[in-house]
Amino acid sequence: MNFWRAVGAIVWKDIRAELRTKDIFSSMFVFALLSVIVFNFAFELRVPAMKMVVPGIVWIAISFAGTLGLNRAFVIEQDKGSLAGLLLAPVDRSAIYFGKMIGNLLFMLVVEIILLPLVMIFYNLSLLTPAHLLALFLGTYGFAAVGTVFSAIAVNTRAREVMLPILLFPVLLPVLIAGVKLTGALLDGEALSTLGNWLQIIIVYDIGFTVVAYLTFSYVMEE
Amino acid sequence: MKRTDRILLLLTVISGASILAAALGAFLLAPNAAGLTPDETAAQRIIYFHVPAAWLSMLAFGVTTIGSIAYLITSKRFWDSLAVSSAEIGIAFTLAAMASGSLWAKPAWNTWWTWDPRLTTYTIMFLLYVAYFMLRSALDDPARRARFAAVYGIFAFLSVPITFMSIRWWRTIHPILLDSKNFGLSRGMLPVFFLGLIAFTGFYFILLAYRTRLERTRERVDALKEQLGY
Repeated sequence: MNFWRAVGAIVWKDIRAELRTKDIFSSMFVFALLSVIVFNFAFELRVPAMKMVVPGIVWIAISFAGTLGLNRAFVIEQDKGSLAGLLLAPVDRSAIYFGKMIGNLLFMLVVEIILLPLVMIFYNLSLLTPAHLLALFLGTYGFAAVGTVFSAIAVNTRAREVMLPILLFPVLLPVLIAGVKLTGALLDGEALSTLGNWLQIIIVYDIGFTVVAYLTFSYVMEE
Repeated sequence: MKRTDRILLLLTVISGASILAAALGAFLLAPNAAGLTPDETAAQRIIYFHVPAAWLSMLAFGVTTIGSIAYLITSKRFWDSLAVSSAEIGIAFTLAAMASGSLWAKPAWNTWWTWDPRLTTYTIMFLLYVAYFMLRSALDDPARRARFAAVYGIFAFLSVPITFMSIRWWRTIHPILLDSKNFGLSRGMLPVFFLGLIAFTGFYFILLAYRTRLERTRERVDALKEQLGY
């Protein structure tokens, strides 16, 4: 089977499993929404204009919800014993990586697409512009690229779910910082062309994460 | 005493003496910085410890990355021992650099801490290696621990270049010592500065040798215990 056919099969498998249970999606979405509401109360009385903290709220909601979804990605595989089957399949280990990564990315993007209009309504802002979506996509991609590897690591540790955010957040912080800066600057009305260096940081990290993940994933999956 | 032990002991003594010389030089020989308040002039002398500590933290994490990559390629336990030893020393030097920087920041910036890009990225780097040790402690099987830690060690090192570059990319209040045109120290300071840099670097390698040996011994003890069913 060629590489991308194998990747496609794994992505399709995850989508179909998700369409039947809607486990990952519903928990991610509800959690993201709840974090937006919790932050709303946490900041409301102390911040002169909520617009100032919206970039932070959006990115934190995405990070928290994303962590939740990533945790499920390999826990499900391991609990039902399907990980062994996946590993026995005659495909390259990196095909498993890209399959799971694209699946995670899609789930996160779907959550974001539904969350964003709600945030726009809550705070009376415009977030559905191409520039905003590009920034969100690049940040989310970095999240999924690293998160998929770390999720496979965390599921094998004693602490399991607790381990993932501890591993993930420090590695992702540069991407998060750049993402928050981009969203904030775009909300302030700056053009995307003036924000080149923040975009550069995200893109460099996205590429770096993908390359390192591609090279190391087979060692994580080695049993 | 084996021959390697004797050599290590000799190097330890040399390293100790050079550290002492560097410390004396920093306090007694180096000229005062010009144009600063008395407090700042005294605090400015951290540069002879702060810069070597910061440099060694990055060198140490670099060695951890090399050890991690080498472990994944060869599966030899030695590389894992080297990686974990170096990461531990790196954390110690990171804390030393943060503490000394904080002492200088109080008179110079009028605060112990500020969320400057350089300080922020350095803190991220520190947290990365804290997470590295948390990951290790959450894994029981030695081979798997070594493998996972190696993968994480490689990811973690992606943050080291951004720390080094952060003061050049973003506006920062952190001083830049090295840039393409000139070197931010006066002529009288340079010998003491480089003596400190060399002495500290030697000290790092001595520490690394001892720490790696300790790690190897610990692994042997663990393996022996398992053999005896202890």
